[in-house]
Amino acid sequence: MKIIVLLKQVPDLVEDLEVDASGKTLDTDDIKFKLNEYDDHALEEAILLKESGAVDEIIAMAVDGNGTDKMLFTAIAKGADGAVKLTGGNPADSHELGKAFSNVLASESYDMIFTGVQSVDDRDGQLGPIIGSYLGIPCVSVVSGIKVSGDTAVIHKEYSGGMMGEFEVDLPAVMGIQAAKQSPRYAPVSKIRQVQETAAIKEVSMGDLGSGSGSSVASMAPPEKGAGSEMLEDVEELIDVLKDKGVI
Amino acid sequence: MGDILVITEHLKGEFQDITFEMLGKAKELTGISGGQCVAVTFGSMNGKADELGAADSVISIGGSDDFNPESYAAAVQSVVSAKSPSLVMVGSTSMGMDIASSAATALNIPAVSYCANISASGSGFSCTSSMYGGKMNAVTNVDGPAVAMVLAGAFNADAGRISGSPTVEDFSADFGAGKIRFKQLIEPESGDVDITQSEILVAVGRGIGSKDDIELAEELAEVLDADLACSRPLVDAGWMPKAHQVGKSGMKVKPKVYIALGISGAPEHIEGMKSSSTIIAINTDKNAPIFDVAHYGMTEDLFDVVEELVEELE
Repeated sequence: MKIIVLLKQVPDLVEDLEVDASGKTLDTDDIKFKLNEYDDHALEEAILLKESGAVDEIIAMAVDGNGTDKMLFTAIAKGADGAVKLTGGNPADSHELGKAFSNVLASESYDMIFTGVQSVDDRDGQLGPIIGSYLGIPCVSVVSGIKVSGDTAVIHKEYSGGMMGEFEVDLPAVMGIQAAKQSPRYAPVSKIRQVQETAAIKEVSMGDLGSGSGSSVASMAPPEKGAGSEMLEDVEELIDVLKDKGVI
Repeated sequence: MGDILVITEHLKGEFQDITFEMLGKAKELTGISGGQCVAVTFGSMNGKADELGAADSVISIGGSDDFNPESYAAAVQSVVSAKSPSLVMVGSTSMGMDIASSAATALNIPAVSYCANISASGSGFSCTSSMYGGKMNAVTNVDGPAVAMVLAGAFNADAGRISGSPTVEDFSADFGAGKIRFKQLIEPESGDVDITQSEILVAVGRGIGSKDDIELAEELAEVLDADLACSRPLVDAGWMPKAHQVGKSGMKVKPKVYIALGISGAPEHIEGMKSSSTIIAINTDKNAPIFDVAHYGMTEDLFDVVEELVEELE
């Protein structure tokens, strides 16, 4: 049983985000990027399945860019068996990214493809179902539990209010992971350094990115602030509000 | 201008709020753009078409009452292909996510995620996506068939909750290859507390920093006779039980007072608590989206505020 985990970096939201001169996209010059948190859960879930003996091999895959090597070496340090970097292009949206991954996945063997259920920058749909559609294999989103048996997986898909649907899925399939069974692990820096010296990242050309999403951003801006909150200066004022609302 | 198809969502035989939120908006938009507002139902939900009076008509595609990521997406794909609507509205929900991107990709038409607003614009529609955890809005103009994934809570459900007797058309849909099979619905484990019934909630988010520090929020909850709630990351980290989670995949709450400690206010969280009568947010990031929905805010360190508050109140 082999899982390919798709990883991508997104802007760290603790940063002050600004729009660039075009007025259509983020100014990414000075902002920090980090691994999409749902992708981190996807990787963790794959590693847990491997540790349970249900999975033999995990490959981490990502598009080339700033910080990609470190992200992939970190994935190996955490428990992935190998890493693939997609080169020769710069996918601009979820569709182009989906095309890049699908081009490379078409000549890879796998039983499951894991990716984060969503990311803060997908404007044109989520990566999982897009890839499922391109590859012609089933996809389930918002997955938070997976058991593998033979060539099927039994998965839990989260609905609202804590309810879940249980499904049996024929493999190969794509899983949009919401949450792993436990918090994503950290890899010690010493281990990442060691991996950097011993492991190799396989480079593969991403090929033709297709015609994209068929739509583009007309404008981007921070949301208009409404009336906003009435800001309180100190705890005394907070206590006054709590009294006024009958809490105390 | 063509029609707007609203892909209804149901669970356990009831239409979900998102259905009415989308219908209300679709009715408003077709009032401007022309075309019909058409609701698409699954399974036996055509039997409740009288609840869909906001729609001009209903397309019943039948199939199973139980949601299935593969068959529901395939069915939507076939109905969109046959009807060529101007716009398809799908919830940006767990079920909608399985339908929207796969149907749109298979049909090679645009999909727009996280729609917080949609307006009629020229011969098409202008969709505003709430991106980057609610910190940026991106406007996408679509002209011709496109799928808009509508954020839960973006539109008023009451505007779409109209009873009536829309005509119901049966549509013979393709339900896919059967590679995904529904097994069962799993009810949530009942927790120690039902936070949907709480009058006062003290909610903690990532800003709390560590599991041990949740104790401080517990102290505050005790002093205020409140219950403790939290955002998703704390449940994922194993710091809080699932029954305390507020938001998209957790509980929808509307207490009299909701005190948000160290919660940034991602759209997934706001969806679950924005109906609270009074929201008080404490967060050091003055740009945190939580302050857009909060009635009162403080940008102080939450530990300083909570410690002082507990001391004063004791």
